Amino acid sequence: MLATAIFLLVLFVVTLTIAAYETYGERKVAAFLQDRIGPNRAGPFGILQPLADGGKMFMKEDFVPATANKKLFFLGPAIAMTTALLTGVVIPWGGTVTLFGTTLNLQGADPEIGILYVFAMVSIGVYGIMLGGWASNNKFALLGAIRAASQMVSYELAMGLSIVALVMTTGTLSMSGIVEHQIAHGWNILAQPLGFLLFLICAFAETNRAPFDMPECETELVGGYHTEFSSMKLGFYLFAEYVNMFISSAVVATLYFGGYHIPGIAGLGWDPTLVAFLGVAAMFAKTFFFIFFFMWVRWSIPRFRFDQLMNLGWKALIPMAILNILLTGGWLAFKNGM
Amino acid sequence: MANVMQPLTSRSKVVSDKKMTLMERIYLPAIIGGLFITIKHFFRFKRPTIQYPEVQRARSDIYRGQHVLKRDDQGRERCTACGLCAVACPAEAIIMVSAERKKGEEHLYREEKYASVYEINMLRCIFCGDCEDACPKEAIFLTDRIVQSDYLRTPFIFGKDELVEPMEKSQRIDVSKRQTPAVIKFKEQRQYAHNR
Repeated sequence: MLATAIFLLVLFVVTLTIAAYETYGERKVAAFLQDRIGPNRAGPFGILQPLADGGKMFMKEDFVPATANKKLFFLGPAIAMTTALLTGVVIPWGGTVTLFGTTLNLQGADPEIGILYVFAMVSIGVYGIMLGGWASNNKFALLGAIRAASQMVSYELAMGLSIVALVMTTGTLSMSGIVEHQIAHGWNILAQPLGFLLFLICAFAETNRAPFDMPECETELVGGYHTEFSSMKLGFYLFAEYVNMFISSAVVATLYFGGYHIPGIAGLGWDPTLVAFLGVAAMFAKTFFFIFFFMWVRWSIPRFRFDQLMNLGWKALIPMAILNILLTGGWLAFKNGM
Repeated sequence: MANVMQPLTSRSKVVSDKKMTLMERIYLPAIIGGLFITIKHFFRFKRPTIQYPEVQRARSDIYRGQHVLKRDDQGRERCTACGLCAVACPAEAIIMVSAERKKGEEHLYREEKYASVYEINMLRCIFCGDCEDACPKEAIFLTDRIVQSDYLRTPFIFGKDELVEPMEKSQRIDVSKRQTPAVIKFKEQRQYAHNR
């Protein structure tokens, strides 16, 4: 019990640290992709930049518009941040380790319906954006919030359907169960390439990242749902987006790339604790790759128009997800000998 | 005849709104192509950035930067507050107040009249160098020093304390690059209005 509590605390701190350094990473990646250098003044190579940015956010005036709904205005960023942080609990960051005589499962909680829990948290996260945009009492913020809501609802469908096919092959909704299935039967990316592609595209939309960053769309909507937010409330929104990006990357790595599994490591006969820690490292390496991929895509591809976004979601992704379910069903039926 | 327009560059492309092919409509090949283009830049380690305060781009010898008010070889200010620079200044950035030299100040000012106040507003100045051309006493020059940035406007009004070069011979500002023999010779030609 105590071990789990400590693990959750560590997970909390690690998540926040990674989210903070994602802001630094984003700026560095953006700079490198554009032949620039990026932040390099705060500390060596600018690694203290997140601290400077955080300090700046706290120093700014915390302004609440006179016509805003005060309670909801506070609630918006809080919900966005809380739900973003809650999702990481069900992700298996590693196998089981035995340290100082205690056996610890490197997963905060392992409910039978792990994936559904992730979806639930992401869905509640929309409320953070919607409440913030609505409470601002500002046209741009409201438009951003409406866009966020419709985009999330549309893409959650395609995302859920792409997961259905995955669940059909693995036969479980539990996150650790899916990883164990992959350890036994090979990574899901091999079994579900189309599903992976759909899930990845939807993950971009669910985290409001470019090319689907409609809700904040600075060229059209000033700042979208966070137009009226300042100081650390704005910081929370931006931070929640980075936490979401981290969690989405972890979910993609868990569902399709074997989570903490390193192919062929079981055959080497190494110490199980060492293997477990290498597994954690592998999990983070996979996660970081997808974080990098998120950034890479953001700085390569222009933003969709909103009608194109909806067309893609409803007329391309959802039919393809259904097709994927049919194909998976057919393949399973064929494999199990009709 | 009307349709045979010469393209202006070799890189111009004819735009058409023809129906997209299936490959184009799938959109993914184009995305992957774009990703490859950006990642190529990611691994291109030659970046054109110059880390400004530490590294500075080479400037021309006759760069027109922050002004200097010269002293002569005996350390006396050359400026006589004639006001020609202020008249010549297209941005009206120069202001001066003249004063009469007192007894005992001969080692400070070369002639009987001098500028007790001489201010250049560096935010107005366009660094054209007309003041330098107008000066009959070889007193004002533009140098290759850059005017430093600041948070407020007031510090950009440079007074005599910032403009006049130090008395010590070793700390004098070198303007020989701008005051070449050709320039000196040109200034002697009195038929030009600004040399009179």
